[in-house]
Amino acid sequence: MTDKKQLLIIGGGPAGLAAAIEAKKHGLNDILIIERDDRLGGILNQCIHNGFGLHTFKEELTGPEYAQRFIDQVQEANIPYELGSMVLDIDQNKNVTYVNPEKGLVTVAADSIILAMGCRERPRGALSIPGYRPAGIYSAGTAQKLVNIDGKMPGRDVVILGSGDIGLIMARRMVLEGANVHVVAELMPYSGGLKRNIVQCLDDYDIPLKLSHTVTDIKGKERVEAVTISQVDENRRPIPGTEMTYPCDTLLLSVGLIPENELSVLAGVEMNPTTNGPVVNESLETNVPGIFAAGNVLHVHDLVDFVSQEAGKAGEMAARYVLENIPESQNEIPVQTGGLVRYTVPTKIDPSRMEENTTVRFRVGNVLKGGYIDVIIDGERKIHRKKMIMAPGEMESIILKKEWLTPETKEIRIETREG
Amino acid sequence: MDFDVLIIGAGITGSAIARELAKTDLAIGVLEKESDICEGTTKANSGIAHAGYDAIPGTLKAKLNVQGSKMMKQLSLDLGFDYINNGSLVLCFDENGRAKIQEIYERGLKNGVEDLQILEKEEILKKEPNVSEQVVCALYAPTAGIVDPFTMNAAFAENAADNGVTFIFDEPATEIQRTSDGWLVNGKYSAKAIINAAGVYADQIHNLVSDEQMTIRPRRGQYFLLDKAAGNKTKMTLFQLPTIAGKGVLVAPTCHGNLIVGPTAEFVEDKEELNTTAQGLSEVRSKAVLTIPDLPFNQVITSFSGLRAVPEHEDFVIEESVPGFIDVAGVESPGLTSAPAIGVMVADMVRNLLNPEDRPDFNPYRKGFINVNDLTKEQWNQLIKEDPEYGKIICRCETVTAGQIRDTLRRSVPARTLDGVKRRVRAGMGRCQSGFCSPKTMEIIAEETGIPLDQVKKSGLNSTIITGNDKEKAEYDR
Repeated sequence: MTDKKQLLIIGGGPAGLAAAIEAKKHGLNDILIIERDDRLGGILNQCIHNGFGLHTFKEELTGPEYAQRFIDQVQEANIPYELGSMVLDIDQNKNVTYVNPEKGLVTVAADSIILAMGCRERPRGALSIPGYRPAGIYSAGTAQKLVNIDGKMPGRDVVILGSGDIGLIMARRMVLEGANVHVVAELMPYSGGLKRNIVQCLDDYDIPLKLSHTVTDIKGKERVEAVTISQVDENRRPIPGTEMTYPCDTLLLSVGLIPENELSVLAGVEMNPTTNGPVVNESLETNVPGIFAAGNVLHVHDLVDFVSQEAGKAGEMAARYVLENIPESQNEIPVQTGGLVRYTVPTKIDPSRMEENTTVRFRVGNVLKGGYIDVIIDGERKIHRKKMIMAPGEMESIILKKEWLTPETKEIRIETREG
Repeated sequence: MDFDVLIIGAGITGSAIARELAKTDLAIGVLEKESDICEGTTKANSGIAHAGYDAIPGTLKAKLNVQGSKMMKQLSLDLGFDYINNGSLVLCFDENGRAKIQEIYERGLKNGVEDLQILEKEEILKKEPNVSEQVVCALYAPTAGIVDPFTMNAAFAENAADNGVTFIFDEPATEIQRTSDGWLVNGKYSAKAIINAAGVYADQIHNLVSDEQMTIRPRRGQYFLLDKAAGNKTKMTLFQLPTIAGKGVLVAPTCHGNLIVGPTAEFVEDKEELNTTAQGLSEVRSKAVLTIPDLPFNQVITSFSGLRAVPEHEDFVIEESVPGFIDVAGVESPGLTSAPAIGVMVADMVRNLLNPEDRPDFNPYRKGFINVNDLTKEQWNQLIKEDPEYGKIICRCETVTAGQIRDTLRRSVPARTLDGVKRRVRAGMGRCQSGFCSPKTMEIIAEETGIPLDQVKKSGLNSTIITGNDKEKAEYDR
């Protein structure tokens, strides 16, 4: 038995929820959200700190509060969802197979799909950190789940590797819950997290941040007993003689997030090697017509507000894909990058399909103070915006205007310039 | 507790012997110092079913390797463990090595290895197109295979337990006394005969009863495990021909489609020195690219070390060193492959010693762990209908359900730790390395075993995951 749906949304986190709400607002009724957890909200449920929603609601919410505002809207709009359900496969014809304990394996033929699976944490193994493999080594998100959801402490004396936002947030959380956080080590010469998190989570608690440092040994055969960190040179190689050993029982890792695109690949979606997310056009549509992507599965975001905005757009475009006869993309102009710009989302724009304003998001590969963001269309500079500081930990965006583009436009270029 | 035979060590060797002895009417016990089976050498090795051309003709290694290799297929079916007959190549990258390839070929013939062939460059690249263009020739062994050491160990142990063998965990043998009719271990376990299958600790056990001192040296091997996305780099196990520069490393698929790369071979002092080192891992990396130049090391999901139990002389030590005390020591590579044959050999020694009867009701079969990935949609749905827990995915990377995890905790030799579950059904074995599933798996372990959540362990006695509750500065000493 195969069900049919106009829109299937994979993931009931912030991206999936916002996408569902906007799709419904734009006239789509036959929607199903598939969520693997036992509740909606995704990773926000374990983000009990505040600071969410400043852009969207002009107030500071906790993660669960932010999620609840969207969950309420989904429930008010009577959008169906299935919990405890894991999607196993998406085929190239948009047949989606998922499993749950009540229904077993179910296959749904979807007119459109929004990929909203989020991302996962990079584990220790991917870094090949030498040493023993005892208990006491956790990714920051796993520790966050244990502390914030289960009320259990994964350790008492903590070293953190990686200054991504989850690592910073967990440094503060561990202190608040009674642990000692001895140091946060960061491989790069700059933090991967938001400036405000460095101030509020490390500085305010006198936790030292050691840039250009990494873990070079882990001691302890059953439980972590000590962690050695070393300074690294400009090629990120440990410098002998700089070792410092911290006795501790826990090492938390916040060393990168990887968009979870195993399902996207099964569906034949083309991937961007820089973002590890799908390649999308101005409609957030992948190379497979009718499959859209938004949120951290597309590229890792800094703020959830931008996830919601992006996903809302994907929801709207999915609704229009199903309900209107939008012509397939014909004339896609590539978005080129320059300077420190590492990638853009989207990477191509069809002027005939774009709306008056299209947001293009990107990140830079290094810290740039007093520089400019330039947008150049076929050699003509359209935006020249000064930025006090740009950093890899923070997402940037520009708004591209439809009036700048013609069917003859060859190139859109987004680049940074030194000041 | 009274036994006829007490086996010390629940690795693959001890478990294979236990299963073979379970065919007799003897009372068998297995004493293990760790909390689970498969905690020593068996848990961290290449997982290769060697064809048998390596060992010197006439040695125990040569004989037992070839015998074990021939038993593997049928045993994997009877006992439900993962084994794939994928074949192997010993690659030679230098014309000067040709004579050495010929030598191994002839040694293989003498050892009774079937179907060996020497292949030239074109044939090699046709079979394995990712192999380096530098390859000159290779020894092809179609009978070689890969095996999952974890499920193999579990299969032998469970089948032994199903047939009446008693497993005792967390019990290191520290004291062995002679009694009028046998032995007394730790003052509480009596046995007419003792079998020493204690891996890297076999010397310590031996030296408790014998005046002739034995030394087993731990030799460390470091490995990388790569994501399944890299698993198709080779179908066969690719060895390098040993040269003056060293022994070389292997590149092989695993039974589950990952790629394993390693090992180093370094003698270490400590019998628990299971750490990896920057130097060792970099050595593996630089050697492995000689075999496959574009190995994607950015797809490494974990690295680990294992220890081999290296004896003083080249061969396995399988002998009744003291009356009623049988050493099964120095079982280094190809120990995993040889284990089934060692089981038969040692059981025969015990039969001669104690003259037991065969049990008429011995059950040679054991149901393997279910892997939902191997089921058809109908089979999986049927399973979920019978037990909805098989519809609840716990480990997303490897697609492992709550039902599979519960099954490991209800077996005759049950898992009790996170690592125990992981080795049996692969929850936490995938690309996220248990970040997602470990809290959920811990809950299931607590529920099934009655161990409080705070006491659930990764593997060893002091490896608890949780150190207390939020907001409570528990008594805690560094």
